[in-house]
Amino acid sequence: MTDMPDTTLTSDPSHDEPGDHGDDAAGYYTPGEPIKDTKAPTGPIDERWQTRKFEARLVNPSNRRKLDVIIVGTGLAGGAAAATLGEAGYNVKSFCYQDSPRRAHSIAAQGGINAAKNYKEDGDSVHRLFYDTVKGGDYRSRESNVYRLAEVSTNIIDQCVAQGVPFAREYGGLLDNRSFGGVQVSRTFYARGQTGQQLLIGAYQAMERQVAAGTVEQFTRHEMLEVIVVDGKARGIIARDLVTGEIETHLADVVVLASGGYGNVFFLSTNAMGSNVTAAWRAHRKGAYMANPCYTQIHPTCIPVTGTHQSKLTLMSESLRNDGRIWVPKSKADCDKDPRDIPEEARDYYLERIYPSFGNLVPRDIASRAAKNVCDEGRGVGPEVDGVRRGVYLDFSAAIARLGKDGIEEKYDNLFDMYARITGENPYETPMRIYPAVHYVMGGLWVDYDLQSSIEGLFVTGEANFSDHGANRLGASALMQGLADGYFVLPHTIRDYLADGPFEKVAEDHPAVVEAKKAVEDRVAHFLNTSGTRSVDSYHRELGNIMWEYCGMERSEDGLKKAIDLIRTLKDDFWRNVKVLGTAEGLNQSLERAGRVADFFELGELMCIDALNRRESCGGHFRAESQTEDGEALRHDDQFAYVAAWEFAGDPDSGGMGTPVLHKEELVYTAIEMKQRSYK
Amino acid sequence: MKVTLKIWRQPDAASKGAMHTYELDGVSEDMSFLEMLDVLNEELNGKGEDPVAFDSDCREGICGMCGLMINGQAHGPEVTTTCQLHMRSFKDGDEIVIEPWRADAFPVIKDLVVDRGAFDRIIQAGGYISVNTGSAPEAHSVPVPRDDALRAFNVATCIGCGACVAACPNGSASLFMGAKITHLGELPQGQPERDTRVVDMVAQHDHEGFGGCTNIGECTAACPKEIPLDVISRLNWDLHQAMRHGH
Repeated sequence: MTDMPDTTLTSDPSHDEPGDHGDDAAGYYTPGEPIKDTKAPTGPIDERWQTRKFEARLVNPSNRRKLDVIIVGTGLAGGAAAATLGEAGYNVKSFCYQDSPRRAHSIAAQGGINAAKNYKEDGDSVHRLFYDTVKGGDYRSRESNVYRLAEVSTNIIDQCVAQGVPFAREYGGLLDNRSFGGVQVSRTFYARGQTGQQLLIGAYQAMERQVAAGTVEQFTRHEMLEVIVVDGKARGIIARDLVTGEIETHLADVVVLASGGYGNVFFLSTNAMGSNVTAAWRAHRKGAYMANPCYTQIHPTCIPVTGTHQSKLTLMSESLRNDGRIWVPKSKADCDKDPRDIPEEARDYYLERIYPSFGNLVPRDIASRAAKNVCDEGRGVGPEVDGVRRGVYLDFSAAIARLGKDGIEEKYDNLFDMYARITGENPYETPMRIYPAVHYVMGGLWVDYDLQSSIEGLFVTGEANFSDHGANRLGASALMQGLADGYFVLPHTIRDYLADGPFEKVAEDHPAVVEAKKAVEDRVAHFLNTSGTRSVDSYHRELGNIMWEYCGMERSEDGLKKAIDLIRTLKDDFWRNVKVLGTAEGLNQSLERAGRVADFFELGELMCIDALNRRESCGGHFRAESQTEDGEALRHDDQFAYVAAWEFAGDPDSGGMGTPVLHKEELVYTAIEMKQRSYK
Repeated sequence: MKVTLKIWRQPDAASKGAMHTYELDGVSEDMSFLEMLDVLNEELNGKGEDPVAFDSDCREGICGMCGLMINGQAHGPEVTTTCQLHMRSFKDGDEIVIEPWRADAFPVIKDLVVDRGAFDRIIQAGGYISVNTGSAPEAHSVPVPRDDALRAFNVATCIGCGACVAACPNGSASLFMGAKITHLGELPQGQPERDTRVVDMVAQHDHEGFGGCTNIGECTAACPKEIPLDVISRLNWDLHQAMRHGH
């Protein structure tokens, strides 16, 4: 409504012309050739995966042990892949920065995992899960990939149950389901509020079994710092042993990145402290395209920020929205009152009011922005931080009256305890306070249907790739995608690549290896020798503030341009003035963080450029210039129905970002019709 | 508030360590314990002193990466992980003693960071159900009584932090092992390997240098996930049965 031409319906043919919605990012990027996924078979959507599995070449069992596979990351996508490829007989090397594969951040996922089992006979099906996921992603995902995800979802549940994952069950001994944000069927399998933990332990145990069998070798407290590319193919990684400080070379026939998401570019997020973009970013600098980096999920139900000491934000599972009702006072005057003293008629259950058919279960992006809007109006609750109350109530009193305290305890016990510990308030007695926080990124390295990046032999799985969630991920779908990729997709597609192997051995003194290793050593030396004055964390916090302010829940042309300038200035200062103590030998946690923050700077800049280019609102990406008259997100399918795949165009080994090259992958829907989302 | 911190500093595994004292002012009760240490580290970094190394990752009590002895108690005074402990559990003027996990099987790497690789090796010995990807039957083909599933879940919540070992005067990992043996042993899927699992895990446990259980119960008192002591009875029962079966 601030920009009328943008909101005009696209039936006017003049609006189909390029440049119609502005080329906001002109000067910040170079247009490149279109890109295409050449691996998804054509034909009916429900036959494509079967076709691809059949056409993907096989590797003789006796050859598999001669093939070396490197997997970076041990979350659901990496752990499941390591276990499965180990079982198949490949020679797997698995890397994680934590002290055990079991610590990967998949473990923190609370709510559940979707699968089209239709155990509730409520109209669910593979096609409906596919449809819901594409719609939830606001028609910005690739339909072949999403259909496959829905298709293999049922296998995941079978596999996990067989591994001993203790999902919630009904009295008859069968699996229980619940419904989850943004959908109207019950297809979410769960293990109280600890589903991610239970699924990850399942994958971890399967992987440890392969360690014992000798097919998987695990390297804990190791961080990948560079990918080795020889003759255009990924052939290994450079990793730092975080305990000894040694820079190690690991060579292989194929490299898989399952290194998770980059939400920590915002400093405050629900990600683990160590979650980072370095593995993905080093690959990007070597030629792997980064797709839709601006697609960020801001989760609506997190515990609000309390002050500047804060190191991370804590998520309260979205499943709470099934039983909790979200509200703020109708009047600003009530905002500092005890919520229990505010009568029913003075409360604004704003999600139920604005979205009567989905109510509190609207998708995450919608719930988050609605919370921001009511707080911006001055109707937020809780303590003031920097002069604004940033919180809304999530109220369980009606559910407690209906199900009893015991009923709520059985469902959400650990979440309520966690809330009480962090805030010092008892949520059984007073409503929780929640506010949105960065939680997940839909963007990631570009991959084709085989999950192979634009570097041959470099595969990317789980949150680290971009493929399945479009512009917004539905609740309980991250676990589904991680395990789908790791257990059921990658093991089939990677064999087609490995069928050409084993590839010619790469010598440790190959120029590409020497150069990659030297780049890592130079970077380490630079940080230790800079002897500046500011800590790594202080830079990270400032970068995070810029990202949250200008590339968070609402983005605008002016804001994004300002953010790019701020990031560039801060980045220059970081390289000249960062202070990292200690030595390269031995455990040095400041040094580890310095490398991660250095990559976050470049990523942050690219996210802003991507957001600037996409002058439309879709899913988690909301451009102030592109909204309907009542403030809802407005897509421009005529202009932006594409994946933005960014090619690094700077000097890969040093120097700045250069001007990134934009390759567009057109999104074509044959099995589904593109519609403007409505949850009203 | 202001607190006095006495922290174990040890440059690496080979060096001798010692307690060092630091005064920290301006601590808010809303800070988590680890955020308080972050603030200390920012101060140390500013002064050119090496920051204190400690492990943490998720900071929401589920990954099991963090773990400190705080005033002699594993994870400190509350029943929770170190990362979920908040400074409102302390008061102005408190002296807080912070040490790494102490156990022969968990050697110190640096300062408050220890090596818990032994836990992975115990799981490798048998803490799993052998089912290759793709070979699983339909999930509903084996119903599991709700109470069994609940019991399995309750002990499957173990986060592998090692507090049980640190709290035990014998440095035993029996609670950790018992939790896994009970989790898998409660489920029909876990039956075929029940005997070999317990025998192999216990052998690995002893090989790693963990001590035996003498029923003291410090482990369960320190456990942030409240794994009950009776998982050790279950471990012993399963071990006894396995031996009777000739293992």
